[in-house]
Amino acid sequence: MDELTTTALQEEEFNKKIDFKLWKRLLEYALRHKRVFAAGVALMLVTAFIDLVYPQLTRYAIDKIIVKGESGIGDIVPFALVYLLFVVAQGASIVGFILFCGQLEMHMSFDIREDAFKKLQELSFSYYDKTAVGYIMARMVGDIPRLSEMIAWSLTDIFWSGGFIIGCIIFLLSMNWKLGLLVLIVLPPLAVVSVYFQRKILAQHRIVRKQNSRITGAFNEGIMGAVTTKTLVREERNFDEFKSEARSMKKASIKAAILSGIFTPIVMTLGSIATAIALYAGGRTVIAPTIFGATMTLGALTAFISYTTNLFDPMQQLAGIFAEMQSAQASAERVISLLDTPCEITDTPEVIAKYGDCFDPKRENWEELFGEVEFKNVSFAYKGGEQVLKDFDLKVRQGETIALVGETGAGKSTIVNLVCRFYEPTSGEILIDGRDYRERSQLWLQDRLGYVLQSPHLFSGSIRDNIRYGRKDASDEEVIAAAKLVHADEFISALDKGYDTEVGEGGARLSTGQKQLISFARVILADPRIFVLDEATSSIDTETEALIQGAIGEVLKNRTSFIVAHRLSTIRSADRILVIRGGKITESGTHKELLKLRGYYYNLYTTQFTENSTEKLLG
Amino acid sequence: METKTDIKNETGNKPSKEEIRKQKKAVRALALDFSRGTRHHFLLGILGIFAAIVTAYFIPLITGFTIDYVLKDYAEAEYSGSMVIAPWIERIVDNLGGKQFLINNLYIMGILLILATALNALANYVRRSQVAYGAEQLAYNMRTRLYDHLANVPYDYHKHISSGDIIQRCTSDVDTVRRFVQNQLLEIVRTVFMIIVAGYIMFNMNAKLSLISVMLMPVLAAAAYIYCRGVKKHFALSDESEGVLSAAIQENTAGVRVVRAFGQQRSELDSFTVKNEDYRKKSLKLNSLMAFFWGVSDMFGFIQIAISLCFGVYFVIKGEISVGELTVFSSYTAMLVWPVRQLGRILADLEKAGVSLGRLNEILEAPVEAEPGLALEPKITGKVEFRGVGFGYEDGQDVLKDISFSAKPGETVALLGSTGSGKSSLVQLLQRLYTVREGEILIDGVNINDIERHHLRRNIGLVLQEPFLYSRTIMENIRITRPEADEGEVYDAASVASIHEVIKSFDKGYDTVVGEKGVTLSGGQKQRVAIARMLMQKAPIIILDDSMSAVDTETDAAIRDALQSRRDGCTTFIISHRITTLCRADKILVLEGGRLVQEGTHEQLLKTPGLYQRIADIQNLLEDEMKTEQEAN
Repeated sequence: MDELTTTALQEEEFNKKIDFKLWKRLLEYALRHKRVFAAGVALMLVTAFIDLVYPQLTRYAIDKIIVKGESGIGDIVPFALVYLLFVVAQGASIVGFILFCGQLEMHMSFDIREDAFKKLQELSFSYYDKTAVGYIMARMVGDIPRLSEMIAWSLTDIFWSGGFIIGCIIFLLSMNWKLGLLVLIVLPPLAVVSVYFQRKILAQHRIVRKQNSRITGAFNEGIMGAVTTKTLVREERNFDEFKSEARSMKKASIKAAILSGIFTPIVMTLGSIATAIALYAGGRTVIAPTIFGATMTLGALTAFISYTTNLFDPMQQLAGIFAEMQSAQASAERVISLLDTPCEITDTPEVIAKYGDCFDPKRENWEELFGEVEFKNVSFAYKGGEQVLKDFDLKVRQGETIALVGETGAGKSTIVNLVCRFYEPTSGEILIDGRDYRERSQLWLQDRLGYVLQSPHLFSGSIRDNIRYGRKDASDEEVIAAAKLVHADEFISALDKGYDTEVGEGGARLSTGQKQLISFARVILADPRIFVLDEATSSIDTETEALIQGAIGEVLKNRTSFIVAHRLSTIRSADRILVIRGGKITESGTHKELLKLRGYYYNLYTTQFTENSTEKLLG
Repeated sequence: METKTDIKNETGNKPSKEEIRKQKKAVRALALDFSRGTRHHFLLGILGIFAAIVTAYFIPLITGFTIDYVLKDYAEAEYSGSMVIAPWIERIVDNLGGKQFLINNLYIMGILLILATALNALANYVRRSQVAYGAEQLAYNMRTRLYDHLANVPYDYHKHISSGDIIQRCTSDVDTVRRFVQNQLLEIVRTVFMIIVAGYIMFNMNAKLSLISVMLMPVLAAAAYIYCRGVKKHFALSDESEGVLSAAIQENTAGVRVVRAFGQQRSELDSFTVKNEDYRKKSLKLNSLMAFFWGVSDMFGFIQIAISLCFGVYFVIKGEISVGELTVFSSYTAMLVWPVRQLGRILADLEKAGVSLGRLNEILEAPVEAEPGLALEPKITGKVEFRGVGFGYEDGQDVLKDISFSAKPGETVALLGSTGSGKSSLVQLLQRLYTVREGEILIDGVNINDIERHHLRRNIGLVLQEPFLYSRTIMENIRITRPEADEGEVYDAASVASIHEVIKSFDKGYDTVVGEKGVTLSGGQKQRVAIARMLMQKAPIIILDDSMSAVDTETDAAIRDALQSRRDGCTTFIISHRITTLCRADKILVLEGGRLVQEGTHEQLLKTPGLYQRIADIQNLLEDEMKTEQEAN
């Protein structure tokens, strides 16, 4: 299996040539900070230059100070000063390039993240339907920093490595071109070996990471399923399976370590061949003129050997950078594709010109919204999915309460999503106050829309912040008034910190009923013209049920409302109940009218009545 | 509960010195325990390190020797000193024909150089691979030990832990320890060896220059130590800010509908920008600190090299050392400076590994399930008897009080009660997920405390209300207790649980992967798969703990019928709210507040006022309601 995965990974990651278009696109982000970028590159080059100077200084010390023999202490002082100067300059340029490259990294990831987040605010719901939150998170907190780091550090590092290698070659050739050429023979095989190993090592690391996530998964399952494992007496078998996972992990990791364990020694040995050549041939040239030219000084020989040995480090580094770029290409593709995803629901330029976009609305041009909704010949299919609605007609008066009942997948949620313009009809039109809603901006509608999900979503922060989310400029008094109206004030005041209670991520510290009430208060504050409620299927305790019932009544007053209804109490009080089956309205009327029909609604109602009453008795 | 407080202690009261000492001792013992089977790798690794250092130091010696001994006379060099050469080397050279021989055959020096490097490469390879073997074996030991332990702690432990925290410990803490051992522990050994060997060689050449060549190093190591400790705070700040940022993205994405429905895109973007900006600011601050430290410490490292070179040149002029020795000195200084700086950093990291080991130790300290009695493995036919059973969790409150009843093999016992009445605890006691506090439970006349727990559980099939499926195929899930069972048997079990047709309608049928990484089944589908899985166990006693709550009433009835016809003598316990389910039981038990308040058949209980009667009355209520609706019309 190991072999197979390795090759598969290599297919996936390394057979791709470097796609320069992709990198150019990312480079644009680096170029937004031209000065920082240029400074980083320049300082890398300065560092490389100083690194190149050191062997020359040593050479000078040996040839001019030591070997001449006439020199005294006085000659050392200026030499030491010059040396010190270079050391300080190098220290400074290292401080500088870390500073600038770091800045470039932070600015780049800031910018890309900012753009991506903005994009996420504009993308249509169809995108969110097929994209898991985890996927988006991985792009935002995994890929973006990784790419920024790569470009800011590795790309600039190319200048250091490249500059240093070129410098070394120039010095070697200019000191003694024949000998230089002889030494450089080692470079091509070294490059090949380096690239080969760096790729293998990276691919092996990928395998290790995959295996690591399997181990995490196994621990997760072991802990989440601990009771089940006990009751099924699976402990031993599970442990055996885990051991084999842990063994694979061990093997893969050792393989990765051994690969890099072989790589460095090979490079060193190859490098030592070059050094040996330099020592032998250069040594002979020191003794007497050879085919490599006139005699060489001792200092020159030392410098020559230094350049030869120092050449190999940056070679390894360059190979590493290219291998890394290839393997990061997948990340780059994913990030670019997020940035370039087209929005499926957009406003036309004319609409934007008049109404503004979602970040800068022109509220002064907005007409009032009354809340009359009409579906005219509406058909709808999810992308690549089956037809959900076909030639659907429905007219809802301003202020009317519509309850939608039916089985999962019958089209209830689709209808409310279309009302909200989270999706648009594939054909036909939806009129609001008599005009196709596409003639006005998304925000125009959604700003006056109240929407409560079946599992209400709260943001982490205080209860006050969450209610205020409905209208950001509401005063504290207005927040409390809204909470009172939906009977949420009672339980909020009973909490230790009242309205300042932190709700936890996703509202985790509150019960579902409490979350519902807060989300109703939020809606009240927003004072929408159209209200949409997707009711929870799961049962809640009787007390909460009563509380919510009271709250809903408040919210529905004077608003056009669509309720995907599960609670008997809500259904019963609706102005009109629609039974939706297979995208069509099969029954329509008030509670009493529908009971008389003895159809789907009748069955639904009686079953639920029994279950609800049992729940009430057993609490 | 003890286990929970253990884990919590960390943030609670500061432990006393005595406790800290005890804890440290436990951690050391644990480290020793984990290192079993890895020690020979580490010993070999240390040998590799030693060989690598010796050979590494040999390489500059070769160049130095060549320059001093072989080339000096030809380079018009007039410095006086010469490298001190070991007598045995001199003897070999003399035997070969003296200096002239080497001058004529200079390639020998080249070959020596390659040989030394190759040896060094080999030693390095041995070091790295052996350390990898050792560290990975260590990680393996830790992982398997933790996994096994977690599978064998009592049910109660799992109810009280935060699974995220435990998983975190089993993965990242293990990795922290592994990384420390692999990259840092032996690095300490290496640096110390390097200092000793280099020190020995250098001091033999020239003591004064040796001192000068290392004079800045202690400062460098200390500075690295202080810096790395100090910068931790900034790392934490930046991490925290990153956490806030990712939480913001997470929340925005998860709550995208709410954002849109309230038209809050602008304010979301603004508040995101603030967090993005904050993270950038903190990272930049951290980056400046790093730039300053690495730049300045690099500078000091180079100054050390420069000092060594300049004084070396001076010593050469004065005739105290040779040029060859100078090359040796500057090479050694360059080799030593960076590891010494690294040493400071490693020492700063040392405690991290200790903390991680401590966190693992906390998990392993929790006691595992034990056999309280004789651990018998009797044949079980299904006769169950509760005698005055009382039970409460460790936090005190009584859950069950004085429960007595009995069930004959093949009987069906139904349990009814409101939330918190103790129904689930009662059936969990039977599987010994908890231990009875008062009274006793007998199965076929044997106290269950005397029955070996695996044997007991194998003979009792339990289906929970929210069953857990493993992330593998449905086929594997159903036959998980008997992987050797043939497919026909699996289809049978699935048919009884009314799920066979549903599974077959999936694209991949029985090969559909479920759970974490696979298809998400609905609550009712999961319950039915779990019932099929339980049936494969062929246990004489089965427990359905509200395990058809998410299945509609018709399917519920179909499953019960199928169970009835196939059960052949199983003693069955059913917890349910549905009167249609309850009414067919041989015996119905009604629990209230942990006490058995009513017991009897459907007919008997219908006649007695109580919970059962009230539930049964709902049907009549509905009819009344319909009537009033019609009349009001």
